[in-house]
Amino acid sequence: MPALILKRLTESILVLLVVALIAFLLFRFVGDPVSSMVGQDTSLSDRAALRDALGLDDPVLVQFGRFLANVVQGDFGVSYRHRIPVADLLAERLPATLELALVATILAISVGILLGVYTAIHRRKPLAQLIMTGSLIGVSLPTFLIGILLILVFGVWLRWLPTYGRGEVVDIAGWSTGLLTASGWASLVLPAFTLALFQLTLFLRLVRAEMLDVLATDYIRFCRARGIPAKSLYFRHALKNTLIPVITVMGLQIGSIIAFSIITESVFQWPGVGLMFIQAIGDADVPVMSAYLLMVAFVFVAVNLAVDLLYVQIDPRLRHA
Amino acid sequence: MKLTCLLGSAVCALSLNLATAQAETLTYAYQGDVQGLDPQALNETFTLGFLGNIYEGLTAYDGDMAIQPALATAWETMSPTTWKITLREGVSFHNGNAFTADDVIFSWRRALTEGSDQKGRARLIEDIEKISDHEIVITTAGPVPTLMQDLVFFYILDEDWAEANGATEATSVADTNSANYANLNTNGTGPFALVERQSGVRTVLERFDGYWTDIPGNVTEAVLTPIQEDPTRVAALLSGKVQLAYPIPLQDWDRLKQTEDVRVMVTPEARTVYLGMDQMRATLERSDVTDANPFKDIRVRQAFAHAINIPAIVDRIMRGSASPAGLMVAPQVTGFDPALNDPYAYDPDQARDLLAEAGYPDGFELQMDCPNDRYVNDEMICQAVVGMLARIGVTVDLLAQTKSKYFAKILAAGGYDTSFYLLAWTPSSMDAYEVLNLLMSCRNQEATTGPFNLGGYCNPEVDALTKQIAVEVDPAERQALISRAFEIAKEDYGYIPLHQQPISWGLANGVEAVQRADNVLDLRTVTIAQ
Repeated sequence: MPALILKRLTESILVLLVVALIAFLLFRFVGDPVSSMVGQDTSLSDRAALRDALGLDDPVLVQFGRFLANVVQGDFGVSYRHRIPVADLLAERLPATLELALVATILAISVGILLGVYTAIHRRKPLAQLIMTGSLIGVSLPTFLIGILLILVFGVWLRWLPTYGRGEVVDIAGWSTGLLTASGWASLVLPAFTLALFQLTLFLRLVRAEMLDVLATDYIRFCRARGIPAKSLYFRHALKNTLIPVITVMGLQIGSIIAFSIITESVFQWPGVGLMFIQAIGDADVPVMSAYLLMVAFVFVAVNLAVDLLYVQIDPRLRHA
Repeated sequence: MKLTCLLGSAVCALSLNLATAQAETLTYAYQGDVQGLDPQALNETFTLGFLGNIYEGLTAYDGDMAIQPALATAWETMSPTTWKITLREGVSFHNGNAFTADDVIFSWRRALTEGSDQKGRARLIEDIEKISDHEIVITTAGPVPTLMQDLVFFYILDEDWAEANGATEATSVADTNSANYANLNTNGTGPFALVERQSGVRTVLERFDGYWTDIPGNVTEAVLTPIQEDPTRVAALLSGKVQLAYPIPLQDWDRLKQTEDVRVMVTPEARTVYLGMDQMRATLERSDVTDANPFKDIRVRQAFAHAINIPAIVDRIMRGSASPAGLMVAPQVTGFDPALNDPYAYDPDQARDLLAEAGYPDGFELQMDCPNDRYVNDEMICQAVVGMLARIGVTVDLLAQTKSKYFAKILAAGGYDTSFYLLAWTPSSMDAYEVLNLLMSCRNQEATTGPFNLGGYCNPEVDALTKQIAVEVDPAERQALISRAFEIAKEDYGYIPLHQQPISWGLANGVEAVQRADNVLDLRTVTIAQ
């Protein structure tokens, strides 16, 4: 076990380095940060001085080395646009993204598995078929459109829910949470559903397919023959064996929920890191973009590591491999 | 149990808030956020306009962009290079400190520090001498007739406050060790004081009781929320979550007009949208004409100007809301001359003839640069231009891209890499000199003149006139010189002005506000019906 973890950790650090380098190389193509940092009548010599002070004229590898050296010391630099340390910005914005991702994930997993099991067991019932048809919408409509539709229906027409922002937040030991206020929850409903919808349908279809496979296996038939009650049969024996592939996908999807909440966040003006990243691209705010990409890479690597370790827990055969 | 308590108290606090705030709270949304609170860190109109509710300069604009006394009550020139300025008495900063001449001198010195983006304005001033607590003499290196206009966005900070909080220098992005206090906190003399600041989320202002004059509007609290996406911003207005939202995209006007609770308010912005052509290089960068630069021939520039159907652009793409332009400055800008504002006439036949005369009977190919997220319907305008030029045989390869990439390519840092482009300009001093100096003067090697003359339009006569305009103090003389310079440039077909784009705000019924031509919302002017 410890050897496995060590091996995975080394790989993870390598992956992070590569991601950082690729990201950094790409930044040369996002545009000129200086033109969004100064006013239109700032003289060319003042622009050049600023460019020089930021080291923008240095070769990309020199800039990358400087960035890495700072990151190792926990310094992500100063946002070109906001002129405050990126670490502060991230800390300010991360709670919003994590809360949104957490709620969306719980929603996607719980509802996805429940509906998946239901549609597998009762696959010929009309309700199950209706769910399956409905799930096609979730996979095929783009997030942006779903978000706008929800805003139109529940925000503008019915006026039930807020259409943007996080509502009132409460500060607890530096973590600003919207989970303790009524307006926070109201604001969370639409974005969380929008973000969860794709994952939800994915889990639903996956669980259903796996479950159908398992239900057709010999051991389930023997269980039935032995007269094991349906509830125990479905949930103890069948569901457990459908979960291995589901957990793999889930792990990867949790990563992408956090990473790609960008669209949902910008549709709902949800003040998380995804929205921050979109704004940073518009302004060619390189320090913010690098920090965000590193963070996302870190999340993916960490989630994959966790998934690997979970396998070992769920499937005993791997313990001796 | 614990959760319900917290939930209960939060709901309690919320309802209490609503009870005391009543109708004078203005919630409003803009597409971007204030880029930091340090008034000297960035010279950008939205940020400075917002900060103008908190901080004040010596002078200010009224709703019609006319200059008004603010922290200065009177100014006069003792010689072309010395100004005697009387400062307002009885003004206090939000922390209670009195405003004096020392604060003006301090703010000027601070604006010259490394992180400042107000260095250009500060350098207009050579020295400030304190005569008394409320009288100063400003000396400039040469005559600066527009000085008091240039100082509108030059905000005054409190010296004692800045010293006490280690903020005596402007916030610098190169300083990675600390967050500048003045970038996160404010202390101005303006009508509103900062209550809460969450970068990118919300910024709350509250009316300052000790303000030196009466405020016409009735807003006591203002909450700014940046909402980047157009549909989300419009939805926020339609759902009643904000009372004012801007900008409103042109294509949403009809929908808003059909909604009972909201209305759209439109004014032409003091921003002139224009086309520029490379008249400097020997050959164009990407063109099938390899032996000459067609734009060096005035007939080609004329042909382009006459090929473009400005009324059609104004009617169809701008939905009738833009004002056709014949000059590189808008009517609100000092130096504007209505006699010269007729656009180049649309005449495709003449354009084809001119092109043939110039030796391009079948036209030629070139690339056009265009932003797609900077101006109102910018990419659509460019597409229309491409279509109009196609009718006279010119094949245009349109490169429309996001503003940070666009500017990186066409501006000095990208080596002015463009042959034909669309750009727009509002002079930040609201004076024609800025446009003549930055856009229309010959571009020299170091680009100390004409740094934004991307196409390198150059006429020595315009240059000489611009230098005279810079130092001419008599308004009538100055106007004559400006008109002459614009007239020459117009005859040269140096640029093709298109229109002034509209400023479009969406307001909830019952909300009144003054719409300024620089798109600045002055919270003092807002009234909310009870």
